[in-house]
Amino acid sequence: MKVHYGTALAAVALVAVHILMRLTMGFAESLEYETVLANYKFIPYALMLELILILLSIHGFNGLRVILLELKQGRSYEKAVSYGCFVAMIGLIAYGSRTIIMTNMGMV
Amino acid sequence: MAQVSGIADEQTSTPLSSSKSVTLRIARYNPEHDDTSQFMEFTVPYEKWTTVLEAILEVKKHFDHSVAVRYSCRQATCGSCGMIINGKPRLACFTKISELNSNVITVEPMNNFPIIRDLAVKFERLFDTHHKIKPYLIRDDSELESDAKEFLQSPQELEQYIQFANCIKCGLCNSACPTMATDSSFVGPQALAQAYRYVADSRDKGKDSRLKIIDDSHGIWRCHFAGSCSQVCPKGVDPAMGIQLLRGYLLGFRS
Repeated sequence: MKVHYGTALAAVALVAVHILMRLTMGFAESLEYETVLANYKFIPYALMLELILILLSIHGFNGLRVILLELKQGRSYEKAVSYGCFVAMIGLIAYGSRTIIMTNMGMV
Repeated sequence: MAQVSGIADEQTSTPLSSSKSVTLRIARYNPEHDDTSQFMEFTVPYEKWTTVLEAILEVKKHFDHSVAVRYSCRQATCGSCGMIINGKPRLACFTKISELNSNVITVEPMNNFPIIRDLAVKFERLFDTHHKIKPYLIRDDSELESDAKEFLQSPQELEQYIQFANCIKCGLCNSACPTMATDSSFVGPQALAQAYRYVADSRDKGKDSRLKIIDDSHGIWRCHFAGSCSQVCPKGVDPAMGIQLLRGYLLGFRS
């Protein structure tokens, strides 16, 4: 559960930085195609986005795991929920990372 | 649903001469025979000092002796007569009918406990979780050794845990806890409050082993801080606060 608290605090700090950086320009402008690509290609910023993705994925899926464990108990059920949430978390991180990786490899 | 009115002429141990009467609705359920619980209604006279337990005992004596209820001390010390009274977990011996401000008193068995029959519930889970957190002082030496000194405490050290030592294991906190309702493996507010009682005791040396026990997937982190446990405690114990203070130990804010 310390992981849950830690990821929440770290995510709040990094998302705050992310929002502040978006405020350096107009909101609509910040979402333009070229601007987003430029953000992904700027490695320090891309790493921060990747870190936010990992933190929120861990926090979100751990939260879902806890909710499911409170709804029902049982050895095999709890194992299935824990492994299922872990696999889903890895899947989401991989899918989210794909955009940044493809951008930096010149695939988009 | 049975309807019984009036009271027999038989002499009671505590004669009730009041003209006031209340309708007592008692949940009846025998898991061996019944699919669902049903309410039986009795009209019982009461005085301003009459407790719900006394009213139930009047029913047992004059109307239906088969009503199952657990009780012992009748003075909020033994923790036996916990039940849901008008929707709230309370001790029947510590709840006066007059303070409920209602003409109908509904009594049901405590939530989150398996029912033995009617108002009597099984306490195995409560005692198991209580035992699990090692509710005793853990240390290598003993006051009983011939050359040992008494384990002295300052008033400030005593103040750290003394309210939690008032727990009478009545189970009302566990009955009120929403997490207990869904998580059958949750250790519960009673055991967690007792874990804090011993962790905060300056004489105890078993803090690490106790914190390890409660730092479990169905342990202290499952508490959502609803605070209902603290609201219903008849002895003024604040389990919700104890749980938060225990979290302080686990997160390194307290030592």
